[in-house]
Amino acid sequence: MSDRAAIRAEAARLRALFEAEGAQPVETPVLQPAEVLLDLYGEDIRARAYVTSDALRGEQMLRPDFTVPVVQMHMEHGAEPACYTYSGEVFRRQEDDPDRASEYMQVGFEVFERTAPEAADARVFGIIFNALKPLGLRAATGDIGILMAAVDALRTSEGRKRALRRHIWRPRRFRALMDRYAGRAPVPESRAALLAQSNPMAQAGPVIGMRGEDEIMSRINALREDAATAPISENEVALIDAILGVRETSDNALEHLRDIAVDLPAIQPAVERLARRLEALEARGIDVTKLDFEASYGRTNMEYYDGFVFGFYAENRPDLPPLASGGRYDALTRQLGRGREIPAVGGVVRPGLVVELGGLA
Amino acid sequence: MSLKLGVPSKGRLMEKTFDWFSQRGIGLGRSGSEREYAGYVQGIDNVELVLLSAGEIPRELAAGRINLGVTGTDLVREKLGQWDSRVRELALLGFGQADLVLAVPGCWVDVNCLDDLDAAAAAFRLKHGFRLRIATKYHRLVREFLRDNGVADYQLVDSQGATEGTVKNETAEAIADITSTGDTLRANHLKILEDGLILRSQATLFKSRVAEMDEAERQTLAALLQKMKVD
Repeated sequence: MSDRAAIRAEAARLRALFEAEGAQPVETPVLQPAEVLLDLYGEDIRARAYVTSDALRGEQMLRPDFTVPVVQMHMEHGAEPACYTYSGEVFRRQEDDPDRASEYMQVGFEVFERTAPEAADARVFGIIFNALKPLGLRAATGDIGILMAAVDALRTSEGRKRALRRHIWRPRRFRALMDRYAGRAPVPESRAALLAQSNPMAQAGPVIGMRGEDEIMSRINALREDAATAPISENEVALIDAILGVRETSDNALEHLRDIAVDLPAIQPAVERLARRLEALEARGIDVTKLDFEASYGRTNMEYYDGFVFGFYAENRPDLPPLASGGRYDALTRQLGRGREIPAVGGVVRPGLVVELGGLA
Repeated sequence: MSLKLGVPSKGRLMEKTFDWFSQRGIGLGRSGSEREYAGYVQGIDNVELVLLSAGEIPRELAAGRINLGVTGTDLVREKLGQWDSRVRELALLGFGQADLVLAVPGCWVDVNCLDDLDAAAAAFRLKHGFRLRIATKYHRLVREFLRDNGVADYQLVDSQGATEGTVKNETAEAIADITSTGDTLRANHLKILEDGLILRSQATLFKSRVAEMDEAERQTLAALLQKMKVD
């Protein structure tokens, strides 16, 4: 059997397995309107997705993943609760690594459900965990919701919290902002000079472009307010660092986070969600004392996940990308839902990599 | 077969390239009528001059259709993914210096570094309902630079010329373009961000790592480089 045929057969097996778990099979077009994806991911998506265009429909992208079209389809006419599976090719530009595939199959499992989100998290993870069991993979898990709760709880201005929330998925920028808000990094010289001026627009020259003087002044006012805001306390910085440093088996991570929550009670609800998720995983026969948890996992590559996140890795093949990955993306449904929203969690498996590791059959 | 040398087909870049080679004992020139893109090589045998647009030279090198080529570092890095596995820099030619920089309107007194640009972009998107537009023709280089520096909420709009005018014309809020003296930027009321230097570029002699060479061509290349004292 050719590689391609073997991959298709593996994909069909996985999809049948997801259907047996109650998922309804769905299809989505390969060509996706570029606007929606650009709006969601920003310019970075152009580095990852193939863009094409015609004179009538404008820019289109070759489907870089299924999540967005599946969410859109569900938000338009899906019944609740819903559970979907799909199987097909996705396309990713690979300009920096010739060994990474630019076209590969994904088989997915997505759950849209309002009640018992932790049980839904465990259901998605458990089904993929069991399906891939013969391959002996390492599962990595995390929970972006805990860091988000900690940021929300900081005793600082709303503007600072907004900036930190915006950069949760860009760890370097997040760190730089924390350092500045904590008074650890110096204020840029040009900013200090600007704030020292009584009439900052005096030397500005002609005002050109769409960003008006009102916008410039409103940012200067925001900078003045920020300069007058007290630094984030050493104690709070240490708590954020402590959260980001949590990296152990899930049972220990839960204990560790409960300790942190004593000093930072605002993360309590997020930590209890983790506790309920671990219970639900145990109920599905997953040994959480052997399941890795890393609080900063999923911050670099998975921009729309905002709660539970997971990935499955072949430890003896560090050259391979994760064989499966997924997580919770409640905020994505809010952004795509035009005023509506529904909690959602899902994951995808790459049958091509499953075949490379010897297959499940 | 002869060794193919790709050189920009017109303008100052062509003239300066001809000068650079002639100072090293290799005469290059255009033959035929002024409009005909044909050239000659003197001072060495079995080298063929190929006159091309500077923007096409990276592609021709990467495809192995020419063995050597003169073009800007900026164009090679913009157009070739994993450029250093496809071409090798043989010599910096010392002209055509230009910096790829990020510039914003001078009236943006609140924006002096990338950190400011990121914050201004977030506010701009909230107010205008679309992402702050940066006009450029260097999409890959600019995108990588902004990603590495954690700038979000911007979009690139394509501008193949007169990029400095896009802000006044309100088709972009900021620009990323090549500048050598900064005069055009200043004349258009734009200023360079303090940490907005994306790339320093100059005319460079590249060798294709892809183009196949037979023994005779290899010898021609060695003789050429020796004559020009390039290693």
